[in-house]
Amino acid sequence: MGLYLNQYPLASIVLITGFMMILIGLWGMLTKTNIIKIIISITVVETGVNVILVSIGYIQGRTAPILDTAVLQIDALSRVVDPIPSALVLTSIVIGLGTTALMLSYVIKMYRVRQSLNIEDFGVLKW
Amino acid sequence: MLTVLTITICVGVLVGSLLAIVLDSLTSAVVSAGLASLFASVLYVLLSAPDVAMTEAAIGSGLTTMIFLYTIKKTQGVKKEVLK
Amino acid sequence: MIKRFFIALSLIILAGTFAKVVYNFVPNTELTNVAKHYVQHGTQELGATNLVTAVVVTYRGLDTLGEVVVLFISAAGVGLLLRRRKNDLVTKEEKRTEPSFLVQSVAEILVPLIFMLGAYIFLNGHLTPGGGFQGGAVIASGTMLLFLAAPYKHLNHGVLTALESISGFAYVLIGILGVTLLGAGHFIDNRFLPLGELGTLLSAGAIPIIYIIIGLKVGTELSVVLEDMREE
Repeated sequence: MGLYLNQYPLASIVLITGFMMILIGLWGMLTKTNIIKIIISITVVETGVNVILVSIGYIQGRTAPILDTAVLQIDALSRVVDPIPSALVLTSIVIGLGTTALMLSYVIKMYRVRQSLNIEDFGVLKW
Repeated sequence: MLTVLTITICVGVLVGSLLAIVLDSLTSAVVSAGLASLFASVLYVLLSAPDVAMTEAAIGSGLTTMIFLYTIKKTQGVKKEVLK
Repeated sequence: MIKRFFIALSLIILAGTFAKVVYNFVPNTELTNVAKHYVQHGTQELGATNLVTAVVVTYRGLDTLGEVVVLFISAAGVGLLLRRRKNDLVTKEEKRTEPSFLVQSVAEILVPLIFMLGAYIFLNGHLTPGGGFQGGAVIASGTMLLFLAAPYKHLNHGVLTALESISGFAYVLIGILGVTLLGAGHFIDNRFLPLGELGTLLSAGAIPIIYIIIGLKVGTELSVVLEDMREE
């Protein structure tokens, strides 16, 4: 079993996990009616997308892009993973917190008006 | 060995995110989402992205969970006069 | 019932698409062309050992400036939505529960250490994993512990807002310095200061300064967001 498992690259396993997280999150977004639950699902989707991005940049058997030893500096091209997805995901996580905070403050505002967290109660713009 | 570890952590991430959707109690759901985030940060370390792992551990599982908990606390207060 | 059917149908279609993507996915075996340039020349060009820092601060510096702006706008939005009006009579007197003695006394010891760790992380952003965003998030976590230990005290909003505005202004100013001081410089170019010796604290030109600014800005901004969400 252990030998057989080694045939699967790490990146593929993590890629599948990320796609499954996106599906789980979308399922929660579509079926739940509690607004806070929907926002939790959005954060799950966000984490899934980040996991996928990082797994695309990974190259099997390589180390982090921090060239602090002489060996790494000489032979950097064949020893480190792609630094660009890491930089992008860094941005994405920080902005994710900002948007989540904004959504949650809208929730607090909506609760003050209607005293409810059920999304069915906010049907003003429904047609 | 690394593969087995990765699969274990991936299962942890998936279980955390499933529990975050399935659980009825909002507090438990938020904590499960934080758990999924924490497992994801371990996953980033395994994928040699330590910068991302640090960000995810501090923001994804710490601060996000905290603002969710504040929101839950605020949206369960005593009923006051409904404005309209 | 019909709603559930459509939800299931759309999820199955999406899962099929994802399955096709995963089936055709070939993991990278070597770097892409852009990454090759960054990895090969990044250390010599910018003097930073952490290549993620080099990409975030200089090569994609404009993206980072945009990110800081987005974070600022969302923090301002939270503040706007949750501001307290004078006639908002929601200040109901609950019975105040003080946090336990253990939390209070441990917070006194740990909060300065956490702030110091945050400062360490963003000062060493060009050498080790970490940087302005991580350090700022760690500082905000310290503020969180402070809130848990003293739930009825308030932060001084004026000082935090001033610090945030000054660091945002300084970030743009340093970006412009990169254009003006260098002959053929670009916006947010770190090379107007000497690059120094590779691997020491005072190296990599302006990257440590930019990361200090970003760290202060992110730390104060996230603290203000936490404070806004907490207050009532």
